[in-house]
Amino acid sequence: MKDKNHYLPEMATINEVIQETHNIMTFRVTFNDPQVMENFTFQPGQVGQLSSFGTGEATFVINSPPTRKDYLQFSVMRTGEVTSKLHSLSEGDQIGVRAPLGNFFPYEDMKGKDIVFIGGGIGMAPLRPLMLYMLDNRKDYGKITLLYGARSPVDMAFNYELQSWLEREDLETHLTIDAKYEGWQHTVGLIPNVLLDIAPSSENCVAVTCGPPIMIKFTLQALEKLGFKDEQIVTTLEKRMKCGVGICGRCNIGSSYVCMDGPVFTAAQLKELPNEL
Amino acid sequence: MDPVKYLKSADLMSWLEELARENKVFAPRYEGDAVIFAPFDPKQEISIKHAATMPPKKTVFPQSEKLVDFTYSKDPENLSRILIEAKEILPKGTTVVFGSRPCDVRGFTMFDRVYLAEKTTDVYYKARRENTSFITLACEKPETTCFCHWVDSSPSDASGSDVLATPIEDGYVLEPFSEKGQKLLTSSLLENGERWILEVKDVHENAAGFLANAPDLSQAPQKLLDVFDNMEFWENAAAKCLSCGACTYLCPSCYCFNITDETTGMKGTRFRSWDNCMSAQFTMEASGHNPRPTKAHRLKNRVGHKFSYYPAIHDGVISCCGCGRCIKSCPVGIDIREIVQEAINHEPAIGKE
Ligand SMILES: Cc1cc2nc3c(=O)[nH]c(=O)nc-3n(C[C@H](O)[C@H](O)[C@H](O)COP(=O)(O)OP(=O)(O)OC[C@H]3O[C@@H](n4cnc5c(N)ncnc54)[C@H](O)[C@@H]3O)c2cc1C
Ligand code: SF4
Ligand code: SF4
Ligand code: SF4
Ligand code: FES
Repeated sequence: MKDKNHYLPEMATINEVIQETHNIMTFRVTFNDPQVMENFTFQPGQVGQLSSFGTGEATFVINSPPTRKDYLQFSVMRTGEVTSKLHSLSEGDQIGVRAPLGNFFPYEDMKGKDIVFIGGGIGMAPLRPLMLYMLDNRKDYGKITLLYGARSPVDMAFNYELQSWLEREDLETHLTIDAKYEGWQHTVGLIPNVLLDIAPSSENCVAVTCGPPIMIKFTLQALEKLGFKDEQIVTTLEKRMKCGVGICGRCNIGSSYVCMDGPVFTAAQLKELPNEL
Repeated sequence: MDPVKYLKSADLMSWLEELARENKVFAPRYEGDAVIFAPFDPKQEISIKHAATMPPKKTVFPQSEKLVDFTYSKDPENLSRILIEAKEILPKGTTVVFGSRPCDVRGFTMFDRVYLAEKTTDVYYKARRENTSFITLACEKPETTCFCHWVDSSPSDASGSDVLATPIEDGYVLEPFSEKGQKLLTSSLLENGERWILEVKDVHENAAGFLANAPDLSQAPQKLLDVFDNMEFWENAAAKCLSCGACTYLCPSCYCFNITDETTGMKGTRFRSWDNCMSAQFTMEASGHNPRPTKAHRLKNRVGHKFSYYPAIHDGVISCCGCGRCIKSCPVGIDIREIVQEAINHEPAIGKE
């Protein structure tokens, strides 16, 4: 049998572009080959390498849930070369995709448990597919709470769906921003502090968190105060990646490769790794 | 296996010429002060006295290789839209490498575990690896920087090679170690070599005799983890390092790469090229955060990867083949043997972790 070429991107078309914030854009893409689209499967938390040919590749979470099959969604924060190039694309443009890569959230093990999502900034992207997947399989999970924070209201991605999340009876949504802002009707305060105020019970609960390193650091401390054990905390790591298949050697932490053994880790697993985040 | 063959030294160039008719042949020769593997040219002398300055890594893993060609074109139905076609470029043809050393080729066995992993086989590497044969020269007299015997190997190790050539008086005894190797040994220039088998054994034993006793490295993987957070240890080890990367470029078992794009007009190519963990850029993230901010962190990764992390996921095999090139070529004399031994002998200070 012919081996798959893991470096050859699958060509896809951008069908929709959403300007989320001043520096985050969301792309909804479909593979050009209908057969590929039809057969494509992935799990919440897995990532893809997006190609802007001529500039390069960068890694993004597939943030649409596997339960919605008509497109793949990626949200891209502009930080450098490839992300800037991607931001110049519009509907109808071609893009290369290598996906799915990496491991995924242990959603089977989370069945029957309460779930607390804690997302900061673009860190909401990896949480979104898992949360939507759980909402699409609502009866399998206990109470679901979302705490999503951004610097200010204009930095908040997924604005168009926040209202529907707030209105859902089967989801408790808290939105917070760092500092007071004219017209903001939700919480004001840093994520770890707000988390301590909401004080979700750690009993039979799993916390899933992603965001900038400093937020993660204090969020982990807050979770510990609330009685969460390391095994009850799940997060995703960001490491510079190239091949995405465990070969190029770039993303290792000791003998673990973030592109294969991650990006999803429990806090317990992270403590086992050499200290090199 | 077919019988062992014998080749007269005087016929070596003719044999290589024969092989070059159907294969691309690489052999070591001088270029400036360095001995490198270059395409065989009957008019140029080959240099096989010692291991080459550069291992033949590039014959299977080129310093820069094309992965994907892409072309842009205007969509005839909508001229404002650009269509893109991406095509893989797979390597073709067969290659024979003559004059590699046991450590050089053993390096590819370190690659194999990573590049030929079942679910993530690297098609470019696989194509080259399958189509490249190695005629490896057993070493007669190891150098002071050689330590292949520390890492389960020897000056006559044939692992990864297709033919092992042992120099004896006036010629070479050629032993096949694979089907590919057997096919290389069909030339009429070769005669039966069975009668030299005892001489071959002598050469191998004699070479091994030059090597001093090897230290026990079984504790190295754990000991290197034990000193992971001891930055003083690593700052001392790396104090003189210039982050030049020579130690990884010349290493037969360093396999890391970068992927980059180049375009001209409506065409472009995605390349992969050698990269290495001694460079500050290697792990630099877009945010400016670098998990390995200093040369001490990076040297720690090089030593750790070879003597601890790789063995942890590949059946205990150390991913250094003891060729000594990183020692010889380091402009400031950093010696990986010393670092590993210091880690093994390191006693945590009392009262501290
Ligand atoms: C598992 C994972 C999931 C991610 N998910 C998202 C997401 O959903 N949305 C989002 O906006 N960003 C995400 N990122 C971060 C994103 O990949 C980087 O911001 C992006 O690669 C920066 O590329 P650049 O070329 O614009 O930046 P430059 O600074 O120009 O980068 C140059 C090179 O560095 C690499 N690089 C730099 N920083 C990073 C980094 N932090 N992570 C990985 N590679 C890096 C790039 O691949 C590129 O080749 C994710 C990263 C990882 C590892
Ligand atoms: S680490 Fe040094 S001695 Fe070991 S294989 Fe690489 S270059 Fe040779
Ligand atoms: S030592 Fe560094 S460059 Fe060499 S293979 Fe290991 S990680 Fe890659
Ligand atoms: S060759 Fe020596 S100076 Fe250069 S990066 Fe390696 S250890 Fe540092
Ligand atoms: S991205 Fe290449 S090894 Fe992980």
